[in-house]
Amino acid sequence: MPARVVVLGGGVGGTLAANLISKTLGRDAKVTVVDPTGMHVYQPGFLYVALGQANGRWLARDERTLLRKDVELVVEPALRIHADAGTLQLERGGSLDWDYLVVATGARLVPEQVPGLVEGAQEFYSLEGAQRLREELRRFRGGRILVGIGGIPYKCPPAPVEFVLMLEQELRRRGIRDRSEVTLLSPLNRAFTIESASKLIQPIMDRRGIGLSTFFNVESIDANAGVVTSLEGEKADYDLLIVVPPHRGQHVIEDSDLGDPSGWLPTDRATLQVGKHERIFGIGDATNLPISKSGSTAHFEAPVVASRIASLVRGTAPRENYGGKVMCFLETGDRRATVLRFDYEHPPTPPQPSRAWHVAKWMFNRLYWETVPQGRIPERRPIERTEP
Amino acid sequence: MSIAIAKSLDLKGLSCPMPIVKTAQAIKELLSGELIEALATDPGSVPDFTAWCRATGNELVEQTAEAGVYRFLIRKR
Repeated sequence: MPARVVVLGGGVGGTLAANLISKTLGRDAKVTVVDPTGMHVYQPGFLYVALGQANGRWLARDERTLLRKDVELVVEPALRIHADAGTLQLERGGSLDWDYLVVATGARLVPEQVPGLVEGAQEFYSLEGAQRLREELRRFRGGRILVGIGGIPYKCPPAPVEFVLMLEQELRRRGIRDRSEVTLLSPLNRAFTIESASKLIQPIMDRRGIGLSTFFNVESIDANAGVVTSLEGEKADYDLLIVVPPHRGQHVIEDSDLGDPSGWLPTDRATLQVGKHERIFGIGDATNLPISKSGSTAHFEAPVVASRIASLVRGTAPRENYGGKVMCFLETGDRRATVLRFDYEHPPTPPQPSRAWHVAKWMFNRLYWETVPQGRIPERRPIERTEP
Repeated sequence: MSIAIAKSLDLKGLSCPMPIVKTAQAIKELLSGELIEALATDPGSVPDFTAWCRATGNELVEQTAEAGVYRFLIRKR
């Protein structure tokens, strides 16, 4: 009898894991993906939508078209994971039995956790939010724009930095730069959490007249007055405010008592096993691992989980471990980009921004649909070291 | 003189900038002059806490490191 593998979540991590498990185990496994919408969304595209450089059409595809034919897809929200019984309860009353479960449910935006955020701020962390922001920016004729962080952790840590750099370029292109101010409100005393990246980015922000407000963690927003207040007690006026909403784990994790107080799965940093459950694995944004919540993380974790499950099904010792590998492109505007490659042991040493990395990011954006979910980019090389 | 610590935060295993943000949230509940203790394992928290205290006017009373755990004792301004 084939092993029953259920993958909860049809994002980058879940889709890739399902395809790899099915490909590796063939008839020894029956793989089912459960996803609430059945649509696969390429979230790195939100940034471009907000800036009017792309529309929503290329950001979403039918999940079915990305899965191998022998992988089953169930489009239905999951209500509860019964870890000990090995079942998954679905919304319409049914349930699925599993021998192995992969939880790749991603993160949930909770803008309501910051008072005034829904009324007073824009965001580009959802397709709807990015589309609303695009319209706001179209109407914008000059004034003070602030970009801040409403809660930590949040997805794609470079995105707010990319946004201010690309926005500044867009304002120049539209001829309203001299009537506008752009300021990044950073939770730390630098532009970006990773110090080496900050050292590269801050001089670029300085040269282009982009402001940096340090130790500014957004606490509340007064939409009527147009004022944002930080945890540290500072206040700032704005004409247009863009805030990354706080994130939490999904309801199904919390309702199954599998998560920490923020709904993230306690996950082993190497084996990706969830808690003490030997047959449950976590991938991507859903985990509590202290690394970037990003598609790239999920992309590198999925092959590890697939390999470990394949070993367990075959009765051999699982050998592959996740080393914390992440790779992110970082757009710096003016058609240039840099790249951050790092893992648990090696901080990144990003190269100077260049056209080549910008082109690489665009190629990746275009090729994503035909390569990543199917496992056609096997990234197993160790990180290349370049001395700074 | 014994020092009464009003609140202690276990921030071990968290990576930058979580320790700072959690401390900024927790210190809001303290009264001026009260002490908060933060335990972190991220080596980056050493420069981060120093800079954060300088920027916010809170006093970094004590900073020690033992067996990979950094301890910060901060007095709310």
